[in-house]
Amino acid sequence: MNTNKLNTIFWEDERVDGADKVTGKARYTAEHSLPNLAYAVFVTSTIAKGTIKNLDVSKALEMPGVLDVIYYANCPVVPGYNSNAAERPKNVSEWRGHKVLYDNKVRFFGQPIALIVADSLENANAAIRFVKADYEIEKFETNFDKARLDAANLKAPINYKRGTGNTKTVAATADGEYTIPIEVHSPMELQATIAYWEAEDKLLLYDKTQGPKSTQGTVARTFGLPEKNVRVIAENVGGAFGSSLRSWSNVPAACIAAKKLNRPVKLVLTRPQMFSLIGYRPQSWQKVNIAADAEGNFLSINHEAISNTSRYEDFREGIVDVSKFLYACENVTTKYSLLPLDLSTPIWMRGPGEATGCFALESAIDDLSYQLKMDPIALRIKNFTTINPENKLPFSDINLKACYEYGAEKIGWKNRSAVPGKLKENGWLIGYGMAVGVFGAGKGAASVRIVLSNDGKLLIECAVSDMGPGTTTSMTKIAAEAMQMPIAKIKFKLGDSDLPPGPSQGGSGTTSTVGSAVDLACKTVQQKLKEMAIQFAPVFAGATADAMEVKNEMVLLKADATKNMDIVGLLKLANQEKIDLIINSTGKTPEQLKFTSNSFSSHYVKVAVNAMNGKIKVLEVVTTGDAGKIISPKTARSQMIGGVVGGIGMALSEKLDIDHATGQIINASFGDYHVPLHSQIPKTDAWFVNKPDLNVNDIGAKGIGEIALIGFAAAVSNAVYNATGKRVRDLPITPEKLGFKTAKA
Amino acid sequence: MKPCNYNDARRGFLKKSAAIAALYLTPSVFVKAFAVDAVVPIPIAKEKLSITINGKLVQVEVDARITILNLLREELSFTGTKKGCEMGQCGACTIHINGKRTKSCLQLAVGNQNAKVTTIEGLTATDKLHPMQAAFLKHDAFQCGYCTSGQIMSAVACVREGKAKTRDSIKEYMDTNICRCGAYQNIVDAIEEVAKTGIKI
Repeated sequence: MNTNKLNTIFWEDERVDGADKVTGKARYTAEHSLPNLAYAVFVTSTIAKGTIKNLDVSKALEMPGVLDVIYYANCPVVPGYNSNAAERPKNVSEWRGHKVLYDNKVRFFGQPIALIVADSLENANAAIRFVKADYEIEKFETNFDKARLDAANLKAPINYKRGTGNTKTVAATADGEYTIPIEVHSPMELQATIAYWEAEDKLLLYDKTQGPKSTQGTVARTFGLPEKNVRVIAENVGGAFGSSLRSWSNVPAACIAAKKLNRPVKLVLTRPQMFSLIGYRPQSWQKVNIAADAEGNFLSINHEAISNTSRYEDFREGIVDVSKFLYACENVTTKYSLLPLDLSTPIWMRGPGEATGCFALESAIDDLSYQLKMDPIALRIKNFTTINPENKLPFSDINLKACYEYGAEKIGWKNRSAVPGKLKENGWLIGYGMAVGVFGAGKGAASVRIVLSNDGKLLIECAVSDMGPGTTTSMTKIAAEAMQMPIAKIKFKLGDSDLPPGPSQGGSGTTSTVGSAVDLACKTVQQKLKEMAIQFAPVFAGATADAMEVKNEMVLLKADATKNMDIVGLLKLANQEKIDLIINSTGKTPEQLKFTSNSFSSHYVKVAVNAMNGKIKVLEVVTTGDAGKIISPKTARSQMIGGVVGGIGMALSEKLDIDHATGQIINASFGDYHVPLHSQIPKTDAWFVNKPDLNVNDIGAKGIGEIALIGFAAAVSNAVYNATGKRVRDLPITPEKLGFKTAKA
Repeated sequence: MKPCNYNDARRGFLKKSAAIAALYLTPSVFVKAFAVDAVVPIPIAKEKLSITINGKLVQVEVDARITILNLLREELSFTGTKKGCEMGQCGACTIHINGKRTKSCLQLAVGNQNAKVTTIEGLTATDKLHPMQAAFLKHDAFQCGYCTSGQIMSAVACVREGKAKTRDSIKEYMDTNICRCGAYQNIVDAIEEVAKTGIKI
């Protein structure tokens, strides 16, 4: 599959950090140790909304080993907590989000109301139940389905309209409402922070974050420190999927406690707290209406959406955006409103709004295909476009047709029945479904430090973090290819805010953004080496840099490879210990901005639905990605099949349950919130077009983290419809929703 | 508690363990039913523990409430064993106790007097990777790596238990271990390959 210049001499297939992960050596946030470390645990609210009239911490303070109980009445002043800009110290921004330990207001069930700090985790935990809160409960609302019906509850609608409305004859209309419950990221590593004030104005943080620089900035602005005085380390991140894209209450709480006690403090959330304190995919309602003519041309698309946010912050994502540009259609209207509820604030979860939007849009297209008696793939090809209809710019590259071809062939699309409910195997109804996913492929600014030493080793550093996709591996490979040198001699260091600034890992942007910086840095070093060779090595006297190249750890003349010098020898000859540069890579160039760039995916699913009880099994999956050049085939494949697993969870089992009488999340554990397990995952074939998209960046690579999941739930839903003739527009799809009373395997 | 020999310590521990466990392990939201005001805070004595970890005898004084998981991670620097839920639901903390795969978050340390514990760090005595570790690496059977220690410890046990004969059986007996990155297929590939070699692991 990999057709690039690299041959097997360079190719080390395994993750460069893999050995550390299979031996347990890789260290995650909570695993760092500092002398005199204290342990902090949150005490959380048992009401959804109200005021704490009195918080009795006296008994907890008497418990063995308890050092302090910090809450609104004794919390030290946090400059960034001051809502009044005039009263805040200069350059200190207000903390975004819930100000933990700040006031006696409760805004959601499970909100931290106190922080117990003790000399051991056991002592801290044991004291939790001795903190007693007297509440004045206020009326609250957590019921999305009920609250959205009253337009007065909705806020901040954003409308979009293109075209003058359809006047042509409509042959078929797909019209439906789609609902998705709250889903929770549930990464395996618990959210954690270790805070240590190394000096009065100097803070060291080990933090589980997708963006060390982002956390550094947030903490610096909150505590009124210069950024350079805050160091954030996130060496390994144990999954996040968006949940660590912002600093949650654990970050300031740990900083506050460490300051108050003048010793390092470790705060690790519990698994139940992971369901309420680090965001979630918001609950959503959508209405999609697509009208088509008899040939299947889309005449109009209307896409309306509502998603929930908290009372104290607005969170909005790209739910309706996909309908504006994925297919050719002259008349498009969208409307997207927010519904504030008495819950914590949502955050982007893998695939974010596009996954939500694609579930509705791609289900509606499938619906339309049956009405038109057209093959769903043919219907998509009918409305295929190479020009983004929203901004009228050409797509930098789009190879969805190749994806359709591969996917249809591999899943056995020809075996699909055009009429639902017709295929049966061993008492199970069989169905085939497919759907498309799309996500923006950006390229942002990033800086890297590159050091080529006279021992022949290359070090590249950037302050990004890696939540699992394999950033160190792909960056090392980009450097190996650019420098044409062995991977074993290259080290990519990340996860430390002291390194040159890089982006947060999110929105499928790391490879494009940081990879471009790595590529540029390597090319700059090569240029320096050529100049050095011309200056110092007699063999290159009179040569021009353009006539030279750097590969196999040598500088050589393109026309005559016998005129060469090895890099180590050259650095020694020039009496240079190393080349050490900071390289700044910019966002998209004017040339790149002439295109609209996206990654695309299409997913193919074969399902079986038990005709007796409605049990749903995903039998086989083919997933295809159109994301430019695939830098690291092995890790990219893992990312794609991981997206499939997430998509199966979204389609069939994941739903956060809230007791609307109390506002309490009632399934805050892995036993009750069902993420997919081994036995639910079928054979998955992941395939990439693997064609460099040089209109996006010089390395030709685009992100795949989001497209792996976007559209997948629709593919499952479409397959279930093909199997049963029942279209479930409310996720997750369960036997009950298919009309079966019970599902016993 | 006055110093005593292990047997006495164990009896003493058992007497109070019910109350301690109820107090310590119950999620706080359910605790109202226990009438917390009635519980008198008592200092928790340290208990002597003798336990073999990765072939080395460890003798320590531990908090009677500490789980093996927290003992390993917080007291003994064996951070290869991961904490994912502390409810026995995710499998990230899986270790081998006396040769059996066990969720270390559900085991009080003092309940495992004289036990033989193997963690991911002790899977091989040499610098070479254990065949299961090598297979995980080869098949890219992880992404973030956080569930990996537990998956590997369960995988080794799965093969030893004779449950790795078919892919379906592997999946069934690995349902104890959650991987949110979704590396399941690669994990099964790795286990299947190791099982097929037939080598004793």
